[in-house]
Amino acid sequence: MTAPFELTDDSVVVVIGTGAGGGVLANELAQKGISVVALEAGGRYLPEDYVNDEWESFGQLAWTDARTTSGNWRVAKDFSGLPAWIVKAVGGTTTHWAGASLRIQDHEFKAKTTYGDVQGANLLDWPIDPRELDDYYTKAENKLGVTRTGDRPGLPGSNNYKVFEKGALALGYKEVHTGRMAIVSDENGDRTMCQQTGFCFQGCKWGAKWSAAYTDIPEGEATGNLEVREKAHVSRILHNEAGKVTGVEYFDKDGNLHMQKARVVCIAGNSFESPRMLLNSASSMFPDGLANSSGQVGRNYMRHMTGSVYATFDKPVRMWRGTTMAGIIQDEARHDPSRGFVGGYELETLSLGLPFMAAFLDPGGWGREFASALDSYENMAGMWIVGEDMPQETNRVTLNHDVTDQWGLPVANVHFDDHPNDIAMRAHAYKQGMAVYEAVGATRVLPTPPYPSTHNLGTNRMSENPRDGVVNKWGQTHDIANLYVSDGSQFTTGASENPTLTIVALAIRQADHLAKEMSQGNI
Amino acid sequence: MQSKISPKGLTRRELLSRATAAGATFVIGSGFLAAPNAAWAVETTVIKPETFATLVQMARDIYPHDKVGDEFYVIAVKGYDTAEAADAIEAGIFALNAAAQGKGHANYLAVGWERDRVDILRGMEDSAFFQQIRGGLVTGLYNQKAVWPIFGYEGASFELGGYIDRGFNDINWL
Repeated sequence: MTAPFELTDDSVVVVIGTGAGGGVLANELAQKGISVVALEAGGRYLPEDYVNDEWESFGQLAWTDARTTSGNWRVAKDFSGLPAWIVKAVGGTTTHWAGASLRIQDHEFKAKTTYGDVQGANLLDWPIDPRELDDYYTKAENKLGVTRTGDRPGLPGSNNYKVFEKGALALGYKEVHTGRMAIVSDENGDRTMCQQTGFCFQGCKWGAKWSAAYTDIPEGEATGNLEVREKAHVSRILHNEAGKVTGVEYFDKDGNLHMQKARVVCIAGNSFESPRMLLNSASSMFPDGLANSSGQVGRNYMRHMTGSVYATFDKPVRMWRGTTMAGIIQDEARHDPSRGFVGGYELETLSLGLPFMAAFLDPGGWGREFASALDSYENMAGMWIVGEDMPQETNRVTLNHDVTDQWGLPVANVHFDDHPNDIAMRAHAYKQGMAVYEAVGATRVLPTPPYPSTHNLGTNRMSENPRDGVVNKWGQTHDIANLYVSDGSQFTTGASENPTLTIVALAIRQADHLAKEMSQGNI
Repeated sequence: MQSKISPKGLTRRELLSRATAAGATFVIGSGFLAAPNAAWAVETTVIKPETFATLVQMARDIYPHDKVGDEFYVIAVKGYDTAEAADAIEAGIFALNAAAQGKGHANYLAVGWERDRVDILRGMEDSAFFQQIRGGLVTGLYNQKAVWPIFGYEGASFELGGYIDRGFNDINWL
């Protein structure tokens, strides 16, 4: 049963957020016998609650609290109040993610060394040797049940995948398959086998896709060491005169303010909310926000270089049938500066239902050019582009004191300008993506602009030197020993891979580190 | 969204005897609009019927789908027929008609070719009115479940067991 902990219990680890980082960390700590209070801003939704309807599901799950945007990225124009498409619920964005589970490549961990000095980019090598992560990646793949790892077979290819694969092979691509997905592909998994229902973004009603909401969270609660408090919105992290954190303040669903004491605080609220919490926790001792002696809190925001390519054909594809992300081309994920940019990108099939296709195909677009593309919706195939974007100091999350949320707290402003490397890579990826479909006889290709970001990274980045970032190789803040960051905001660089598997691997590793440090009395 | 569309609400004879043509839609007396074939009829409560008919035509010109009947566009914009919204809609359609008149037409609905109506709309596409109507249509039109089959979209599949045995990989023309 769930353990209720007292607000005054200062022996607990407080984890803020219950997604890929916080949800996994909370469970891993609970399995080790460590007492954990997890504070989750959203409510709890399980497979029986999920809805196979894009807008209704968006209303149920999406984080729609106020945020503002600035910069030259197109999202700031098309979706000025919605910079990210992420989830506010127990399990966080693991409810929404497509399931792609890729390891970061060795050279990507050494971005600065590999790419050299890129003008305007604030590149840095991760302070982690890739070999330190190998076992943790394996643990993460086993936890998530990733296809094409261990003895787990790949998923079968859908219509959308078959079109994509044929075009890819015609172009000479070699690394083309149905992906390494955290979706159960046979009868041997702990979860139900994928029924090719679609609506992966809306929460998997079969529970075939891994989500912390119905795996790690209940497993942790079953130990008696984890209490998850839903609809608990953390406003501030508190500290004492010695500069150690002592607990957190949060609003419950009725707007009442509570203070939960803590031995250790781990922040995993995604790359907007995590720096926002640190900045909103500014005090006379830490006037620029907690853990911000480097001035890097909120900076180096990365969102992956993204875009999509849809194409219409003279016959039906029915791309919505089956998993939302059904396959991948990995040949372009290499680092090959002869293409005109550093780093690489993945091409991954994607489908949207008609309502979201209308919203995202060409935001703001209208008239017969737009409408006639949707007329061919049934004959459409689609892919998403995900590539490494450059960290830039000026791409950052700051507090917007002119706009407050329902708790009266300044909201996050998200500023992003595309780097020339991002633009060159996107142009290359559009060209290749369109060529894939033209090789299969596309009657029309539709290079589609980026959606609100789901991969939000880097705003509390890891660094060897405390001057260059916010946390060390364990996610421990350089400034405050008992304050940790446990989500994608600790990424030093973005790499070209979907980030969830790495967030999970880092969370498992951080749990081992925390258990050791706590048992040794270091924190 | 509240709608008062009633299929076969009036007989064809009643329509023809009472109606004055407004584009492809008939304005019938006070507050009623109907399709010439009596496939649907709608009652407006606040907005003038002529204004509403123009709004429906504008909606179609923004997202023109030849296979999608007027009734879906009517549903998509019926929500503006409220006391709160009506003034802005009347003003917006007034401006639209004025723009049409500036190009030598009697009003927007009197413009015969879509390209000429689109030309008028292009001239006002940055206006708050145009953006309100366009933005509202993205969900108002495309999120109608009844419109999905026209595009071939099948919607929810969980209740039917997903597509594992219903064609997720049935493509046969590659």
